[in-house]
Amino acid sequence: MQEKDEIILGIETSCDETAAAIVKNGTELLSNVVASQIESHKRFGGVVPEIASRHHVEQITIVIEEAMKEADVEFDDLSAIAVTEGPGLVGALLIGVNSAKALALAHSIPLVSVHHIAGHIYANRLQEPMEEFPLLALVVSGGHTELILMKEHGSYEIIGETRDDAAGEAYDKVARTLKLPYPGGPHIDKMAAEGSPEIDLPRAWLEADSFDFSFSGLKSAVINTLHNAKQRGIEINPNDLAASFQESVIEVLVEKTYRAAREYGVKQVVVAGGVAANKGLRGRLTDRFANTGIQLSIPPLWLCTDNAAMIAAAGSIEYQKGKRADMKLNGNPGLELEAF
Amino acid sequence: MKALAIDTSNLVMGVSVISDNKIVGELTTNMKKNHSVRLMPAIANLLGEVDMQPGDLDRIIVARGPGSFTGVRIGVSVAKTMAWSLNIPITGVSSLEVLAQNGKYFDGAVCPLFDGRRGQIYTSLYGNIDNRFQLLQDERIMQLVDWIDTIKDKSRKVLFLGNDLPLHREKIEELLGDRAVFGQAADHNPRASELAALGVARDGENPHTFTPSYLRLAEAEAKWLANQKK
Ligand SMILES: [Zn+2]
Repeated sequence: MQEKDEIILGIETSCDETAAAIVKNGTELLSNVVASQIESHKRFGGVVPEIASRHHVEQITIVIEEAMKEADVEFDDLSAIAVTEGPGLVGALLIGVNSAKALALAHSIPLVSVHHIAGHIYANRLQEPMEEFPLLALVVSGGHTELILMKEHGSYEIIGETRDDAAGEAYDKVARTLKLPYPGGPHIDKMAAEGSPEIDLPRAWLEADSFDFSFSGLKSAVINTLHNAKQRGIEINPNDLAASFQESVIEVLVEKTYRAAREYGVKQVVVAGGVAANKGLRGRLTDRFANTGIQLSIPPLWLCTDNAAMIAAAGSIEYQKGKRADMKLNGNPGLELEAF
Repeated sequence: MKALAIDTSNLVMGVSVISDNKIVGELTTNMKKNHSVRLMPAIANLLGEVDMQPGDLDRIIVARGPGSFTGVRIGVSVAKTMAWSLNIPITGVSSLEVLAQNGKYFDGAVCPLFDGRRGQIYTSLYGNIDNRFQLLQDERIMQLVDWIDTIKDKSRKVLFLGNDLPLHREKIEELLGDRAVFGQAADHNPRASELAALGVARDGENPHTFTPSYLRLAEAEAKWLANQKK
């Protein structure tokens, strides 16, 4: 007898993207719909939580319907609904969570909750197998910079994290200093490609055995460099400054990831999160892990930013483990990965 | 017609089920407890109590605001999703109109209100004209004192309703004197049964395009618009 395919609907509303997707058997993407609000938030130079929540409630059913139509699935076909429980903006999370619960009740479909970062990691599984454990994940985004060790599916141990700003946060702050439009990260990446990293900026290695990160000192150094140059009437090439900043971030990210991979004897390194879309970072990681016997997996750009396909993929793991959420599920803005 | 009515727009959480113009079930709480956690279990329980499946419903009715922005969105998200996925219409009713129903037999004007912070209130005015209880003044958010100024030249008594009244009662008494009448404890909770009764008599809307009625822009948006005008 042929086993029924596992079909999961993923829903993600943790920040400024309203997203729904359908994933088959945990690895096969059938549809991936994202309604981005970036144009709306641009006016304010960053995501405004109340406005994000308003957009989510306007978009939510439209996005889910589109994902289901594109994948050609009906409610009866769904094995489960997977929704981001946290972390994220509380008002934004609530829309996805309540919408998912309403669907689960209306059609008697099992509900699973997903940690947003687990989602970012499992975005990789839609592209390449993730079966080589232990596995190391480098998660870099606007809110996160973490090294996560996975001994098996669905098990997460944070072995390194940022002590101050996340890498993406540092990018945004430096972009604001350079008066670049929001969101600043991609602009710096582009400018860095045009400039050369000849300005001396610090690298925060912290203690020799630590896999933690720190980017606030670097951010301050960039601001000071600009300030001092201005006072002395010296012109600084912004492309060179962007390149130097990016060089400093990437060098630390790549080296710490490599050292952690060696120390824990991992077979596969997975890169995840919005900053994984950064071309400079992708290139340097690829070079560093070449001919090391460690498999490096970086999802394509469109899977690095927030989407619901990754939530469905991570949801599949939870579903297979038999974990279920009930009608009391709530959005949890500070949800921790290790507790999850 | 069988319909489910949901109100999470303010502190009172209400759910009710109406079947052929008979209210068959109603659940109301008035506590500072998370609607996001409690709404879906309340719906599941009430449907179970009245022996109904979600698939039996012909319509979802929701209090669309004004009220707590987050509160309104919880109810509206659930209502939109249930209506769309069950392929049935959604009907929105003003949260103020629901509350005003508690005074529909009052001989005079009825003023439902929710606190809007910084001296402001969300409010409107209802009353009986030609034996029909209807809207007399459009809903709005404004300073309480300006609102009282708007309604004070009418000679009728005004019944004030709403759980936020303790914040404003003194000022209202000062401005309106004995023309102001205040509801009793049971009159201040909006009732989901009233919401259901209002909703079944109205047109259904498309769940995809259904939006809450906030009556107020997000603060960042208001500031941005003000700056654009400069
Ligand atoms: Zn993310």
